[in-house]
Amino acid sequence: MSKFRKNFKLFVKTEIDTAKKNFRDPILTVAILGVIAIVFLFVLFPLYNIFKQSVITGDGFTLRNYFRIFENPNLSKVLWNTLNLGFFVSVVSTLIGFLFAYASAYLKIKFKKLFNAIAILPMISPPFVIALSTILLFGRNGFITRGLFGMREANVYGFHGLALVQVLTFFPVAYLLLVGLLKSIDPSVEEAARDLGASRWEVFKTITLPLMVPGLANAFLLVFIQSIADFSNPMVIGGNYTTLAVQIYLQGIGNYDMSGATALAVVLLMISITVFMVQKYYVDKKTYITVTGKASRARELIDSKKIVRPIYALVLAISIFVGVLYALVPIGSFIKLWGIDYSFSLDHYRYVFDLGTKPIFDTTYLAMLATPISGVLAMIIAFLIIRKRFVGRGFVEVTTMMALAIPGTVIGLGYVLSYNTRPLVLTGTATILIIAFVMRSMPIGIRSGMAALQQIDPSIEEAASVLGASSAKVFTSVTIPMIRPAFFSGLVYTFIRSMTLVSTVIFLISARYNLLTAAVMSQIDVGKIGVASAYSTVLIVIVMAVVWLLQFVLSKFGIDSSDLERNA
Amino acid sequence: MKTPKRVLLKNLNKTFITSENNQVVAVNNIDLDIQPGEFVTMLGPSGCGKTTTLRMIAGFEMPTAGQVFIGEENVASKSPDKRDTAMVFQNYALFPHMNVYDNIAYGLKIQKRPKEEVKERVGRILKMMKMEDFSKRVPAQMSGGQQQRVSLARALVMEPGVLLFDEPLSNLDAKLRIHMRDEIRRIQKTVGITSVYVTHDQEEAMAISDKVVIMNDGNIEQAGTPQEIYQHPVSEFVATFIGRANILDATIVSVKDKKAIIEIFGVEYEVNILKEYEPNQKVRVVIRPEGVVINENKHEVKVDKSIYMGQIHEYAVELNGLLIEISDSNPTGKRLYETGESMMIGFDQNSIHVL
Repeated sequence: MSKFRKNFKLFVKTEIDTAKKNFRDPILTVAILGVIAIVFLFVLFPLYNIFKQSVITGDGFTLRNYFRIFENPNLSKVLWNTLNLGFFVSVVSTLIGFLFAYASAYLKIKFKKLFNAIAILPMISPPFVIALSTILLFGRNGFITRGLFGMREANVYGFHGLALVQVLTFFPVAYLLLVGLLKSIDPSVEEAARDLGASRWEVFKTITLPLMVPGLANAFLLVFIQSIADFSNPMVIGGNYTTLAVQIYLQGIGNYDMSGATALAVVLLMISITVFMVQKYYVDKKTYITVTGKASRARELIDSKKIVRPIYALVLAISIFVGVLYALVPIGSFIKLWGIDYSFSLDHYRYVFDLGTKPIFDTTYLAMLATPISGVLAMIIAFLIIRKRFVGRGFVEVTTMMALAIPGTVIGLGYVLSYNTRPLVLTGTATILIIAFVMRSMPIGIRSGMAALQQIDPSIEEAASVLGASSAKVFTSVTIPMIRPAFFSGLVYTFIRSMTLVSTVIFLISARYNLLTAAVMSQIDVGKIGVASAYSTVLIVIVMAVVWLLQFVLSKFGIDSSDLERNA
Repeated sequence: MKTPKRVLLKNLNKTFITSENNQVVAVNNIDLDIQPGEFVTMLGPSGCGKTTTLRMIAGFEMPTAGQVFIGEENVASKSPDKRDTAMVFQNYALFPHMNVYDNIAYGLKIQKRPKEEVKERVGRILKMMKMEDFSKRVPAQMSGGQQQRVSLARALVMEPGVLLFDEPLSNLDAKLRIHMRDEIRRIQKTVGITSVYVTHDQEEAMAISDKVVIMNDGNIEQAGTPQEIYQHPVSEFVATFIGRANILDATIVSVKDKKAIIEIFGVEYEVNILKEYEPNQKVRVVIRPEGVVINENKHEVKVDKSIYMGQIHEYAVELNGLLIEISDSNPTGKRLYETGESMMIGFDQNSIHVL
């Protein structure tokens, strides 16, 4: 008992001493308080409001809204739909991702760079591009359904269309994770098995696959989180197959039923966070470290035709299919009337520019404002988490990481609830859109900043402060230059993410600020696929132009743009 | 235990094609005969082809040309799982998802041996390696030395015709390395298995082997017992690669039976010879630092460097513009020479080896 008390007293004293030490450095104090305030205001407070709204009605505390989800067959079907879709998409995406990863890490084949390009595409394009081109191919006026097979009543909307689109959008997540893990398997472990008499198939069965089990589980869960949080694909191609993310929007904005929407949001959030926690704290820890001691030789790639040919044919076919889907949107934007009249036309662009270029300029302008804010803030938070000891550090770290798992629709709903009334009326303003952009992109920036900082010996920064630099000076003159690649990749990521964000901002747009993604959605909604394609093409062109411009400027400062890709 | 097998490499060649489409000869048509039960070490600088040779015996590399006989059978085109070899890897290469028992049992299970036999053989090996208490541990819970014992056990349990070692001790610290090397030698002698061992550590090679094979640039420079390699190197490369060596010019004065009179810097020595030489022939001789005798009135030299190391005293001295290394054992009670002083030296006749 006395030992416990002694320890406790020492703990309190240490905490107070740390706070005192930090307090003597005003800039540091302001930074810490600012970060805690931001995390509180724009992550926790909105979530708190959602929860409050879901259990407090005019009559006081109630769980009625939750019972409704399970009693109302329509709503429980939505919950079932979401889980069913998430499960199916995660299994298939993990399998395809593993196939690609295996081909990339084990087979002696060409065009491996193509896989990476295919994997990067979903990250730099608006989330509904594949949905859009799937409609162009398999929709009522689809090139394949109507054009090739003459079907008049083809219905791509629903589970099958949605599952196809989500798999093609999310399997790269699994691929990127698994290819890293496969490449980190020490080839000599597999050689040892071969040497002990195992055939290639036995090695795969008894060594490679068991070693990959945690990685496969990890990929499954990551895709699952993305699938259930996905808003735009179910919105565009889900048809009657409604998922939680979409239902939250329909219930809240469509039916003005905030109690129902918030209860759904809490359910979705709970599923996401639970899956995320399992992934982060259980599965991630189980991953085997197979590289021991000195890194051994490179893996002998398999060139046996029996193995290479079928796998290569399959991955190449999928790659080409995905590539075609991405190319289809710009092509479709120049087609007069898809499915009926395939002649070249600029009508859709004329329509876009007549209807107004406002969404184009608004989106670009706001994304450009959000980019430096998110970039700098992410580096400051990463720096504070890794290098400083302060009360609330664990809180900031866990919350910013958890933000990755909060579905966009949930946070969007939270913002509507929190910033629609005094004292902070932000709904409909540019401010709340920029905040949404920043908060949605920052967690990734923080991750890469933290990873970069962990590689750097803190004594370099200590050396600067011993030489007389203040903590702000140390940060700007030593830390930032050392983590430059992470910083700039954070900038690029923020811009792309802001330009293509749908779920969060769909709640926040107004007459004053309309966004490109929302414009595309509403065009698809009214069936103007050509116009939607034109908007999407404009969006992709802007993203590519700005990213290239950024890389060009950075190369002038001697920063290799390949750093950006590696970090992104 | 099965009877150990003979390994015979005939005209073995491995040529790689680099990404720039250049050909690199890693192993240049070598011949090597390894007797059953022999412990042979392949030693050489990095890139000399020793690991490639080992991997061709194991089957991880296909020879460009030549034959690999294990026992009576040419296995050059067989895959590793079809060869009667087992390998101990540099980084242990244990299966991280299996415990010690399952790691060791892996090969036997692949062969679909009866459960009792697997249990009995793994148990026997664990006992021999004094690792019975570790059988339920996974690799991540063990030190490097323990992991390497498991790696060795996993290879031994297969009772292979040939046991292969790919620099197995290079990830261990110096003290453990010596301990493990003695352990490997002890076990190899107990089971009498043919072993091929690759290392770049010459001391390790000397200590462990029946036969040392010195490789350089894809060729075998010399193969022989540790004594032969050290005392009678066939080339300047071998002489300088194994231990330290002074290599001097000399002239044959006369030859009689297995002896010759040679002249080194004006002084005549009677030495043993292994090859045929003609009078007046210019030759190179190898003299180890410990073969130089201090205070013998043969050559006057100037001390260039003088380092007292306790058990020995090391000098570098200048003789006719050449630096000669001397290792003088047991310096206690002897007069020590400082840098810049003159002293007289001679060469021990038995320590002079004519190349």
